[in-house]
Amino acid sequence: MSHLNPYRKSYFDTQPDYRYPPYRSTLKRAPTQPLVQIPQTLSEITGPVFSARDVKDTDNDLTAQHAGAPIGERMFVSGRVLDENGRPVPNTLIEMWQANAAGRYKHIVDDHDAPMDPNFTGFGRTVTDANGHYRFKTIKPGAYPWRNHYNAWRPAHLHFSLFGQGFAQRLVTQMYFPGDPLLEFDPMVMSVPDERARQRLVSSFDWENTVPEYAIAYHFDMILRGRDATPMETKGNKK
Amino acid sequence: MSLLLTAAQTVGPYVAIGFEKQSLPDVAPAGVAGERVVITGKIFDGDGQPVTDGVIETWQANSYGKYAHPDDTQEKLLEENFRGFGRVLTDAQGGFRLTTIKPGKVAGPDGLGSKEQAPHITVAIFMRGLLKHLMTRIYFPGEAANADDAVLNRVPAARRATLIARKAADGTLQWDVYLQGPNETVFFDY
Ligand SMILES: [Fe+2]
Repeated sequence: MSHLNPYRKSYFDTQPDYRYPPYRSTLKRAPTQPLVQIPQTLSEITGPVFSARDVKDTDNDLTAQHAGAPIGERMFVSGRVLDENGRPVPNTLIEMWQANAAGRYKHIVDDHDAPMDPNFTGFGRTVTDANGHYRFKTIKPGAYPWRNHYNAWRPAHLHFSLFGQGFAQRLVTQMYFPGDPLLEFDPMVMSVPDERARQRLVSSFDWENTVPEYAIAYHFDMILRGRDATPMETKGNKK
Repeated sequence: MSLLLTAAQTVGPYVAIGFEKQSLPDVAPAGVAGERVVITGKIFDGDGQPVTDGVIETWQANSYGKYAHPDDTQEKLLEENFRGFGRVLTDAQGGFRLTTIKPGKVAGPDGLGSKEQAPHITVAIFMRGLLKHLMTRIYFPGEAANADDAVLNRVPAARRATLIARKAADGTLQWDVYLQGPNETVFFDY
């Protein structure tokens, strides 16, 4: 009988709970019954396989999707997708979406009184290279108000969706910007119990990838669940 | 080396901007072998209100019980044109509709050679108000193998029905998701 090589459980304090009363929408949407613990089978350790063929080379440039350039601070964001063991996660699809520079989404539900930008859709995607690297070119999104509580503002952020190499690694997260005074007032950020895990959601200014007289760069690594052991080690330790 | 895991954050109310481009309601293109099934359902919140900004993602084996993934070393037929991934956004009534093929049985928790699992589809659910996604499964009605499926048997008997689709009069499979309440769907941790 061959052993599967499961992903480790999330270290508990790194992930928010489903129910987090300061974020009001969780109250009617978080499960109330305990989660049922199940073993990881082939169904959980496998997942959709993507490759560079699934995207266009230009899909990671959110500034070049329309006739003109979008308004706002042009920026690069890049980094690596790694697992908890420090191994790069290659060929993983990353979807990214965001508000425009004024803090407005191109979405029917967004009624924030801020201008739309006809030259900005706010969606990009890419696939990591063999070393887990990814890169987007976009504009810095604006902060925007929401109605969760009195005077509630979301700090500027990018939404990221990652598939990893198995369904157990699936992750949707948000990236924030260094030095943003709104972070400590934000229930999404504060839903993460561990202070270091909250810091992991904040990108850093990336001087080396900043292009002189053109665009500032930010660095943001994303860490997915790691496996207990490499298949080699599993073989060696077989009981 | 040990790196701290990145925290999940909600997809928020504008998830369609990020997920619509890769919306995949037809999981199995023409030519893929297997019994064609249509799965429809709705998502309801704790007030019984339909969730109109939700996303259902599905992952499944082909009809031979083989995943299109390098970690699946079962000696079963792989189909070039079947990835096995689906994604649907709920509509203004909280509903979704997915067409696919019924997957075959795949190896159980102990890996190759262990007792096979009943046919099932692995599901992830995303929406505003979920700080991290929900994980569950869809099983098929009238399937003898459901009775001794290793995962279903972890679920308290009274709640198992929430994971098994119902066959509607028109032949479609119905699978509703209740986030809370007396019929709360079973969600997993793995
Ligand atoms: Fe947002």
